[in-house]
Amino acid sequence: MSEALKFHFDVDGTDFTSAGQASVQIKKNLRQLGIAPDIIRRVSIAMYEGEINMVIHAGGGEADVTVTEDCIEISLRDHGPGIKNIEQAMQEGFSTATDTIRTLGFGAGMGLPNMKRYTDDIQITSEIGKGTDIVMRVNLK
Amino acid sequence: MTVAELCKQAGFKAEVLPDPDREISGVYIGDLLSWVMGRANSGDVWITIMSNNNILAVASLADTACILVAEDVALESELLKTAEEKGINVLLTDKSIYDAAVTISKLI
Ligand SMILES: Nc1ncnc2c1ncn2[C@@H]1O[C@H](COP(=O)(O)OP(=O)(O)OP(=O)(O)O)[C@@H](O)[C@H]1O
Ligand SMILES: [Mg+2]
Repeated sequence: MSEALKFHFDVDGTDFTSAGQASVQIKKNLRQLGIAPDIIRRVSIAMYEGEINMVIHAGGGEADVTVTEDCIEISLRDHGPGIKNIEQAMQEGFSTATDTIRTLGFGAGMGLPNMKRYTDDIQITSEIGKGTDIVMRVNLK
Repeated sequence: MTVAELCKQAGFKAEVLPDPDREISGVYIGDLLSWVMGRANSGDVWITIMSNNNILAVASLADTACILVAEDVALESELLKTAEEKGINVLLTDKSIYDAAVTISKLI
């Protein structure tokens, strides 16, 4: 594949129960492209964590996935409250999730660490009151 | 061992079994979803007491062999319908998480 393939998703911030749809869809798309199963697993786990974060912490957002010969790039954008201290947020166990969210099984503070663990590169930019931008890359070569 | 064989030999109830021949490679236990996402291995039996819809996305993306809901936690028909559509095996047992894990450990 010489041209980059792009997938775009609007992530609904109102429905926790159906959250994760974009990631499930990407898993299917990557499978159809014949991408290796372990790569698909890494991409879809990292994207799911980012997608859920946008739903839980930011009221939804947008996701773009670009597949090129060299890598898969996942780009997430939201206009939520932003992350005050990114370094702290990246630590295992740090979470500001509410009790209601926790009863659903979220709020372990493992989402961002998983995103880092399962990708080759992660760049987070965030501005308080404006939103958060996350770009993750998984290398194919 | 496949998920269907596990059900039979362990006496777990197959609530939905769209992928009965999926091979089992191990077990992961947990209720915190992103913990499961990060630590469960592909092919694991995932034992949990969580029963909301989000477990389906987690099982699908972490690529576990099946979800085993323990302690006889009630499962809604809507969840089971979605699981069937998405091809996710969902088993149920009245055993405790510990007993369920011990049972599987003796079989695999
Ligand atoms: N898109 C976002 N907008 C605003 N804050 C965010 C965003 N993503 C993460 N955060 C902040 O970073 C913290 C850590 O995120 P992380 O995903 O690691 O844990 P969590 O979402 O709280 O729990 P878990 O992912 O384990 O269910 C969150 O609790 C939240 O305060
Ligand atoms: Mg999270």
